[in-house]
Amino acid sequence: MVPFAGYSMPLRFAGIVAEHQAARVRAALFDVSHMGQLVLAGEGRIATAEGLLPIAAGKLAAGRSKYTFMCDEQGGTIDDMIVGNDGDRLFIVCNAASADAVAKHIEGNLADGCTFQRLAGRALLALQGPQAAAVLAEHAAADLDSMYFMDALWTEVAGAEARICRCGYTGEDGFEISLAAEAAASVARALLADDRVAPAGLGARDSLRLEAGLCLYGNELSAAISPIEAGLRWAIPPSRRRGGGFVGADTILDQIANGTARCLVGLACEGRAPLRAGAELQDAEGQFAGTVTSGGWSPTLERPVALALVGSQHAHPGCRLSGLLRGRSIAAETVELPHVAHRYRVRPRAS
Amino acid sequence: MAKQYTRNHEWIEMAEDTGSWRVGITQYAQEQLGDIVMAELPDVGRTVVAGEECAVIESVKAASDIYAPLEGEITRINEDLAGSPELINEQAEGAGWLFEISGSLDGAVELLGEQEYADLVG
Repeated sequence: MVPFAGYSMPLRFAGIVAEHQAARVRAALFDVSHMGQLVLAGEGRIATAEGLLPIAAGKLAAGRSKYTFMCDEQGGTIDDMIVGNDGDRLFIVCNAASADAVAKHIEGNLADGCTFQRLAGRALLALQGPQAAAVLAEHAAADLDSMYFMDALWTEVAGAEARICRCGYTGEDGFEISLAAEAAASVARALLADDRVAPAGLGARDSLRLEAGLCLYGNELSAAISPIEAGLRWAIPPSRRRGGGFVGADTILDQIANGTARCLVGLACEGRAPLRAGAELQDAEGQFAGTVTSGGWSPTLERPVALALVGSQHAHPGCRLSGLLRGRSIAAETVELPHVAHRYRVRPRAS
Repeated sequence: MAKQYTRNHEWIEMAEDTGSWRVGITQYAQEQLGDIVMAELPDVGRTVVAGEECAVIESVKAASDIYAPLEGEITRINEDLAGSPELINEQAEGAGWLFEISGSLDGAVELLGEQEYADLVG
C-alpha cells in the first residue's frame, strides 16, 4: 500500500506486469474511488459547463460522455475529466488530487439556475480489458451490447444501484462503475470471483495508460502545460474552437491558431533502461530539446516507452533525440501515439 | 560458508570456484522492487570502495541503486542477466546473482547473519 492523493492505495497485487497483462488479455479490476465525482444540475448546468469546458455541452446527447479539460484564465490546465449527460444532470469524474481545485472553480463560476454537488460516499471501480464486458454482463441488469465507448447509464450491478460508463484509462474496452461506497466491497468481490478478473493496482494503471498514450494530470497536463501543448486539440469541437466562451479561451484559441512552442510526443527508447519523468532530452547537436513527462517499461512492447514535451521542431515522428540517464546518453526516437493501439468499442457510424 | 547480508538488502557469499565474493539482492529486495527489467552491472576490472554505488536495477516502476559491500575489484558479472533479468526476481539468492568482487571483508559494510537479517525485514 502506498500513499496517493491523500489515500492509502495498493501499488500492486500479483505484480505490475501480471496485472498489466491481465488488462490487455482478460480483465483487471481497479479501485479508483479516490477520484472526484461531481454533479451539475438545474437549467443553468449547460451554461455552467460551457463556460468552463470547451465542449458542446448543449449537444451532448443523454447517455453520452466526453473527455475534456478545465483551464484557468492563462490557459493552463486545472484538470482533465469525463463529463456525461445523465438526462437531467451532468456527471463529472475528475482526478483525486485536483477535485478541490475543480470544485472551487465550478463554485466560482456557477451560472444562474445551476446547482453543484460534490458526491460523497461514492466509490468508483474500473473493470478494464477485452473480457470486461463479458464479465460485467453476468452482473449488470442493463444490456451491455447496446453500450459503446463513452456511453453511460444507470443500472444495477450485482444487486447494487450503479452508474456505468463504457470508458477507462487503459486503452482497452472497459467500464467505470460508480456506486455507493457501502456496496463497493461486495460488488468488487462479485467481479473478482470471476476467474477472468485480476485485481490491479496503481502500478499497472500507470503502465497501461502510458502505453495508451493517455495524459496524466500532473505529468502531461498542469497549470504550466496547456491541453493544446499536450496534444488534446482533438477533444475541442469546431464550434468551441471558433466561438471560445470558456475560461482560458483566449490562450487556447491562440494556441490552436498559431501553434505552440512545445508539443507532447511519444518516445521509443533504445535498450532496456527506461527514461523516466524529468529526464532531459537533447537533439543531435547536443542542444536541449525537451523533457520526459512520463516514462517506464512497456510490458506489451517489452521495451521502454515514454511521453515527452519537446520543442515543436522535434515533434514529428522519427525525430532522433537522446535522453540523459545517469550521465549516459540513451538514444530515443519520437513516435506516434498511442504506443499500443486502443481497442475501444466505438459505435459504428451510420452509413 | 553461509550467506551474510547487508542493511541494503544485499547478500554476499564466497564463490567456491573463484575465491571472490559473490553479491546479489535478497528475496525481500526483489519482492519490494517488483518486476525487474534490467540490471546495469559494473565493468569487470572496476575498483570500488565499501558502500559505493556500483550497479543499478531497473524495475517497471523505478531504478534502485546497488552498493559494493566491500572494497575490491569487480572480477565477474552475471552474463545471464542481460537476456533474463527476471532471474533476479525468480532466483534472487541463487542464479540471479549480480557480480563478484575480490577483496577482504575487513572494512566491509556492516554484515548481518541470516537470523539478524530475517529480524531486520520482519
